Amino acid sequence: MNKVSAITPEVIKTHGLSDDEYKRVLEVLGREPNLVELGIFSVMWSEHCSYKSSKKWLKTLPTTAPWVICGPGENAGVIDIGEGLAAIFKMESHNHPSFIEPYQGAATGVGGILRDVFTMGARPIANMNALRFGDPKHPKTRHLVAGVVAGIGGYGNCVGVPTVGGEVNFHASYNGNILVNAMTVGLAQQDKIFYSAAAGAGNPVVYVGSKTGRDGIHGATMASAEFDANSEEKRPTVQVGDPFTEKLLIEACMELMQTDVIQSIQDMGAAGLTSSSFEMASKGGMGVELDMNAVPCREEGMTPYEMMLSESQERMLIILKPGKEDVARKIFEKWELDFAVIGHLTDTGRMVLKFNGETVCDLPIDPLAQASPEYDRPWVPTVKQAALASASVKDVPWPEALKTLMGCPDIASRRWVWEQYDHMVMMDTAQRPGGDAAVVRIHRSNRALAITTDCTPRYVKADPFEGGKQAVAETWRNLTAVGARPLAITDNLNFGNPQKPEIMGQIVEAIKGIGEACKALDYPVISGNVSLYNETDGSPILPTPAIGGVGILDDLDTMATVAFKAEGETLLLIGQTNEKDGWLGQSLYLREIAGQEKGAPPPVDLVHERKSGDVVRSLIRGGKVTACHDLADGGLLVAVTEMALAGNIGCRLENLVAKPGVLFGEDQGRYLVTTKDAGTVEAAAKQAGVSVSRIGATTGKALSFAGQSVELAELRRMHEEWFPAYMAAPK
Amino acid sequence: MKAAVIVFPGSNCDRDIALALEQSIGKPTTMLWHQDTNVPDVDLIVVPGGFSYGDYLRCGAMAAHSPIMREVKRRADKGTRVLGICNGFQIITEAGLLPGVLMRNKDLKYVCKDVLVKVEDSQSAFTAKYKVGDVLRIPIGHAEGNYFADEATLKELEDQGRVAFRYCTPTGEITDAANPNGSQHNIAGVFNKARTVLGMMPHPERLADKHLGGTDGRAMFDALVETLA
Repeated sequence: MNKVSAITPEVIKTHGLSDDEYKRVLEVLGREPNLVELGIFSVMWSEHCSYKSSKKWLKTLPTTAPWVICGPGENAGVIDIGEGLAAIFKMESHNHPSFIEPYQGAATGVGGILRDVFTMGARPIANMNALRFGDPKHPKTRHLVAGVVAGIGGYGNCVGVPTVGGEVNFHASYNGNILVNAMTVGLAQQDKIFYSAAAGAGNPVVYVGSKTGRDGIHGATMASAEFDANSEEKRPTVQVGDPFTEKLLIEACMELMQTDVIQSIQDMGAAGLTSSSFEMASKGGMGVELDMNAVPCREEGMTPYEMMLSESQERMLIILKPGKEDVARKIFEKWELDFAVIGHLTDTGRMVLKFNGETVCDLPIDPLAQASPEYDRPWVPTVKQAALASASVKDVPWPEALKTLMGCPDIASRRWVWEQYDHMVMMDTAQRPGGDAAVVRIHRSNRALAITTDCTPRYVKADPFEGGKQAVAETWRNLTAVGARPLAITDNLNFGNPQKPEIMGQIVEAIKGIGEACKALDYPVISGNVSLYNETDGSPILPTPAIGGVGILDDLDTMATVAFKAEGETLLLIGQTNEKDGWLGQSLYLREIAGQEKGAPPPVDLVHERKSGDVVRSLIRGGKVTACHDLADGGLLVAVTEMALAGNIGCRLENLVAKPGVLFGEDQGRYLVTTKDAGTVEAAAKQAGVSVSRIGATTGKALSFAGQSVELAELRRMHEEWFPAYMAAPK
Repeated sequence: MKAAVIVFPGSNCDRDIALALEQSIGKPTTMLWHQDTNVPDVDLIVVPGGFSYGDYLRCGAMAAHSPIMREVKRRADKGTRVLGICNGFQIITEAGLLPGVLMRNKDLKYVCKDVLVKVEDSQSAFTAKYKVGDVLRIPIGHAEGNYFADEATLKELEDQGRVAFRYCTPTGEITDAANPNGSQHNIAGVFNKARTVLGMMPHPERLADKHLGGTDGRAMFDALVETLA
């Protein structure tokens, strides 16, 4: 046994284990662990790997539907999309590393989520990302935006998977703790899906990909602690990405998966070799014995402790069927990747590691997994805010308010961001960034997947339950707005320190809200990730449960886009606006124009949501509308402007009360459509019991309403100018 | 027409160009692994886009020294058409099939967007279905597309009419504002002397299908099929 380092209270503390958790280690083992074993406990029981604070509540989420092939618990979730195909997807955070080293943090976030998806047998076909940065005025923000965007592009562009969309928001609560959530969607044959549960004592355990280095040791533990002023000293724990190797690894794995040699497979993500070998053995009820001398290492003199805890990227662990080593080896040699048989499965139920002929670790797998902590942390509900009377909000002439909003950091065009991402490679991007949802064709077919990510953190802060519902509903709405049938979501729950009851309250209520929306919309959660302790010096981020939604378009020819198509078409608003005044509480108008963040967020009526969405989808699929856009940040006038700019056709608005709440309120469950046949649209909405009104007609090159008018060229300038100007400003 | 697409480690537009060719030819294209020494008898060899060898040295520099490139050069000398797109353009300039070099974009960033290019020559198998002066909308996706050559080389290219495409405005004007990467003379693509080798930064394969937003690239593949049938 390794006797180099004594297990002192200081060593236990630096491994992030509480006194209670260490007591539990002693109970499981019946003795003191050595340093290698302590390291393994520390990562397996970290928040990042064990979900110990959130597990109790995550279990309440709906995860099944007839089209769900595999829900949470695997590397990614799997849904049936018909014709023998499956979509495999997940979203995952890389927040802490990206704050410390934005380029590599974001790049390896993309690499990690890609591996989660292709390890299951899916070729990745689309990447998305949900990014949250601090106040644009904060001295670090510009540097972080530049680094994260370059890192996502640098990795995604090189591996040749299109980055087709996402979101970028700014808020001072992220000043010391940005969020980088990356999502990958892949496509697989339903009869060629690979899982991670190990089986077959004696089967070879194979290591493929890059060599193991000293990078990223204890990344999972870092991701499970709060930041402080010294966080940048943790830079050595951020891994470095190698997208070229990842590209080779994708191709090699795809080739291997066409043979019949894999028993199970998992990527080495957080906590690297430890979590992959441990989880595979644990899921299959097996034991595993590894020869640490056989692990391909980048440097000489690496210890088993370092090898087990390294988070070097672009590595996979594979259990082969017996005697298939040569078939597999040939493929990895062709792609010039490391391939090493590093051990075998056993029926002992123990994880045994050998190094230089000595046993350096001997842990019981099942008891360790069973004893994994699960907390019912105390929580308090968020104090609800009273609904804001829209009439009390400052009224600014609409052209002025609209121009301000179109150029504000949260609405301004993201072109500066997505032009740095290859969003067209693979030649299936049918709807590029900038619309309601990205649309990616299913290769060599006329069907497509629609993909979106959404969350409105200011709503979640004000009311976690309604905000959780809203995040789910908005993805459902965005998928609907392109004509897709929403199928399932992945959730990436970013919160502060769960040991604070008010933060735990946000987690609990947001999960309840997400669950309620999923149930009402038949839209289950099939994968996800939890990122806690997003705080710096005790100041938490806005609660940000980012939702990634995926839907299917059965006929690509019926896809809708936001752009106005022709002059002389009728513009209709579908869905209910709150009374006559509109909902301004927690709206962007309130924040950007009136300088306030208050009131209750707009409630989501899920029955209405479903009705209005179903009508819109059937109108799109029936070819009855020529453009469609959902209403979100900035409300009606912002949505109209986005449609007008996309089509470079103006609009004359009418039949609207000239109040800020009507023009800029953020009432939920609403869509704008244009049509040549307003009567049919009205009849369909009325039949479904959904309110509908004609509010204008497409015409000219300006937006006009109530005797005032703004040229599209000016709105376009406001909309396009902010991001490049901000990024070009002197540091 | 028979076509082959070379696949280097890190190529990522190989499948795309093969699909675009298949659409025009009506049958699948041969894919050649970079270590294949046995190149079949084909009318067109495509060096596709992507990040060969991760672009870790200088873009295209490592792939240019791949054994298969010696064979590509031999075939090119005998008149086999060679098309290098994006990273493929970088590779064939590094391999000496075309003059010049692709430097880092003027603003240092990777850029993916539709650009407009003006057709400067229609006397090749690649451009026979375009007219001189046509303005095409074709996407780019690169960080190193800034075409550079010395003055003598540029003069030779211009004098011999070997500039295939130039970045332009919607009305076909050649302006700095229309130049996405700082290329000299707004050059987006160049021919060899015999106009049998074409290197270009824009990706014609990416807009050869109405579902992807445009079809201006399609005529290049149709022209190759007609000319080389």
